[in-house]
Amino acid sequence: MTSIATPSAKVRPASVGLMGGVKQLLRMRETGLILIILALFIAMSFASPYFLTWNNLRAMAMAFAVEGIVVVGMTILLISGGIDLSVGSVTALAMVIAGLLFLNGVDPWIASGIAIAACTAIGAGMGFFVTRVGLHHFIVSLAVMVIARGLCLLGTGGRPLGLYTLPPEFKFIGQGSIGVIPVVIIIFVVVVVVFDFLLRRTTIFRKVFYTGSNEKAAAYSGIRTKKVVFLTTTLCSALCGVAGIIYMARFGSAQPTFGIGMELNVIAAAVIGGASLSGGSGTIFGAILGTILLSVVSSSLALLDVSVYWQDIIRGSILLTAVTIDHYLNKRRG
Amino acid sequence: MSGHAENDPILKITGLTKSFGPVKALRGVDFELRRGEIHAIAGENGAGKSTLMNIIDGIHRPDGGSMLLDGKPVSITSPAMAQQLGIGFVHQEIALCPDVSVAENIFMSVTNTTRSLLMDYATLERKAGEILGQLGDIDPSVLVRTLSISQQQLVEIAKALTLDCRVLILDEPTAALTEREAQILFGIMRKLASQGISIIYISHRMVEIFQNCDRVTVLRDGQYIATKNVAETTPGEVVSAMVGRVIDNLYPAKLGDNERSDEIILDVRNLTERTRFRDISFQLRKGEILGLAGLIGAGRSEIVKGICRLEGEVTGEVRLHGQPLQIAHYGDSISEGIVYLSEDRKGDGLFLDMSIASNVAALSVEQVASRLGIIDEQRETAQAELLGSRLNLKCAHVGQPVSALSGGNQQKVAIAKMLSVNPKVIFLDEPTRGVDVGAKAEIHRILRDLARGGVGIIVISSELPELIGVCDRVLVVREGRISGEVSGDEMTEDRIMYLASIGEERALAS
Ligand SMILES: Nc1ncnc2c1ncn2[C@@H]1O[C@H](COP(=O)(O)OP(=O)(O)OP(=O)(O)O)[C@@H](O)[C@H]1O
Ligand SMILES: [Mg+2]
Repeated sequence: MTSIATPSAKVRPASVGLMGGVKQLLRMRETGLILIILALFIAMSFASPYFLTWNNLRAMAMAFAVEGIVVVGMTILLISGGIDLSVGSVTALAMVIAGLLFLNGVDPWIASGIAIAACTAIGAGMGFFVTRVGLHHFIVSLAVMVIARGLCLLGTGGRPLGLYTLPPEFKFIGQGSIGVIPVVIIIFVVVVVVFDFLLRRTTIFRKVFYTGSNEKAAAYSGIRTKKVVFLTTTLCSALCGVAGIIYMARFGSAQPTFGIGMELNVIAAAVIGGASLSGGSGTIFGAILGTILLSVVSSSLALLDVSVYWQDIIRGSILLTAVTIDHYLNKRRG
Repeated sequence: MSGHAENDPILKITGLTKSFGPVKALRGVDFELRRGEIHAIAGENGAGKSTLMNIIDGIHRPDGGSMLLDGKPVSITSPAMAQQLGIGFVHQEIALCPDVSVAENIFMSVTNTTRSLLMDYATLERKAGEILGQLGDIDPSVLVRTLSISQQQLVEIAKALTLDCRVLILDEPTAALTEREAQILFGIMRKLASQGISIIYISHRMVEIFQNCDRVTVLRDGQYIATKNVAETTPGEVVSAMVGRVIDNLYPAKLGDNERSDEIILDVRNLTERTRFRDISFQLRKGEILGLAGLIGAGRSEIVKGICRLEGEVTGEVRLHGQPLQIAHYGDSISEGIVYLSEDRKGDGLFLDMSIASNVAALSVEQVASRLGIIDEQRETAQAELLGSRLNLKCAHVGQPVSALSGGNQQKVAIAKMLSVNPKVIFLDEPTRGVDVGAKAEIHRILRDLARGGVGIIVISSELPELIGVCDRVLVVREGRISGEVSGDEMTEDRIMYLASIGEERALAS
């Protein structure tokens, strides 16, 4: 499929004028998603007067912003042909490590640095098992998911760590605003914009596409595919570390059971946004739209007082529907 | 065949049309297949041959036109249905399951046609063994992954033969076969035809068509041009019908005596790999095109892959323009300007779901990027367009995914990818596999021009006429060693085959 995923998909003959612009827009695979999200917004604004209020929008944005950082890492990993089930527990582990260090008198910034480094090392470890030992991403990250969760519970005795003495300038990352815009959202936007650009335009990330599209052909093009996969695996865990620290600053506590089931949400978002589980395609922009869609659905269901059990069923059905629609849209475009 | 006159066509197609988006792959094609005939289909890359076959096999649905099987209108909607109607299809691209055994791959299609739930494995195995035995020496119990491309192609053929079909479609089956294997296949084809089975045979090689087929249908740009009795036409006539003009010189002129140079581009000494080859020494001189001949499995591909460090643990010395080559990895080899065109374009040559432009840029994305590593899409596009037009690539635009191109045009993308880095030495493994006559001549001319311009060219080919037509000198490899060298008048198919299969070392001395 020529999706927007291949950066050079844009080299189609330039269309001119307004109609050309509209056609171009309709060709983008993200357009379908944007329309679905818009439709939801319109429907919800009728269904609940509270939906379109600043507070609700802000709460929704805060909810997906931090997870969105993990989605970025997951999307890049999926493009390279990998997958990571450990994102939820690694995110929690970052919180727990930084929290424990802080409680033992380490400066919170240094503690955060160490926690992110630890997560990066976990990613590198997974990368090692995948590329050097030759195990599958699925199995390695499944094991790490369980181990990291175990470490969280071990370190905290299963209880959240209250970090009441976190200095305000640290909490600012998670709770503060610049003007009316929450810092969390600013960080999220910066991460998304930077990685979207890197992924579309830089040689290093192009090699991620080559590797995921056909690993053997990539090797036969002189690309060190193992190095690529190692790096994408590491990057995903590192971004989990960053997300964990932001969560900690936001909650003012470290929660050992945080992020259970997060991997499903994150993978679903990336896939709804066009990433392929077999590697080689995906965009940050699409994945973020996927995240937004899931998040809007969640908060709508909550607003409408739908039972939690139904929420899961609806979310799953949405995943299936979105992926099916996308599949057909792309097939038609050829 | 009861109830039918011997000359009634088994398959009759009229006015078939098919478009892929804006691309009109078939525009009103007529085709008629008689019982027990071997019917060739000829046409340039992208002429619509595979598309026509895919419609007969139910993979694609036609947009218009009619199809009669045994005089009755049919609409074939799936390959499984085609199999039930007795149509067997050996695809242009090999599509086997690499991780299961040869026998299981062969049985896979049988599960579609058998009516009983239980499979008669004993019979199947005997049958598979028999068919494989006829085709060559392949152990039905080994994993497909371990087979060479030509062996895999044989398995594909065996797979189709196991089905008792009435119509057998072979889409460029010999592109991946050696001369000898091809001859065996032709024998089988003739036997099947004499049993009343009709065969559709697609090939870009006129010799094969004229030696083995009864009739030939020519397509050009999706249009039906003509059907002729092979006995009443000539290769020249068929080729001009295919391309719509006269092609006079199939092979470019070779190196003249006064053009020979003593300058050595690549100097290989005592190259050895643990199991695959030993003591390989040769020199590639400036301006010449050097060929590597040998049977499949002789180690030709392994030798060149060893030189550029794509595969194997190699010892020995390689000098490029007099400088000892120190490379640890194929990426280094590319930076030194030594590149390898893979024989398996689908498996390891191309990124099928990515755009033509991205494929062409793959060897060195840095080249179309700024110093900071930011890709300039305009440069990427321009590069692909330039190389594409040099190779006469047929595509709507270079943003198209490679999977939308015909087989031969995919090969051109693979070659454009090699040329993108302005290489000093190119190893081409089966460079014209599946490429049509016109494009083939074009590729040969480009190789000659590159050689004249000082690029070292080494060609591996299982098609002996190609090696003899293109190369100035041919090294013959047998069982991992160089068993002889031929050049000038000595370069004959007999001589090369002799060295490849018997390979007297003494022959070198004479
Ligand atoms: N799935 C597809 N999507 C879009 N275009 C296609 C598709 N399949 C084939 N085409 C186009 O249809 C035309 C005919 O292709 P086809 O594969 O039938 O050629 P061919 O005669 O078999 O060529 P070759 O000798 O190279 O195998 C080409 O222009 C090709 O690009
Ligand atoms: Mg074809």
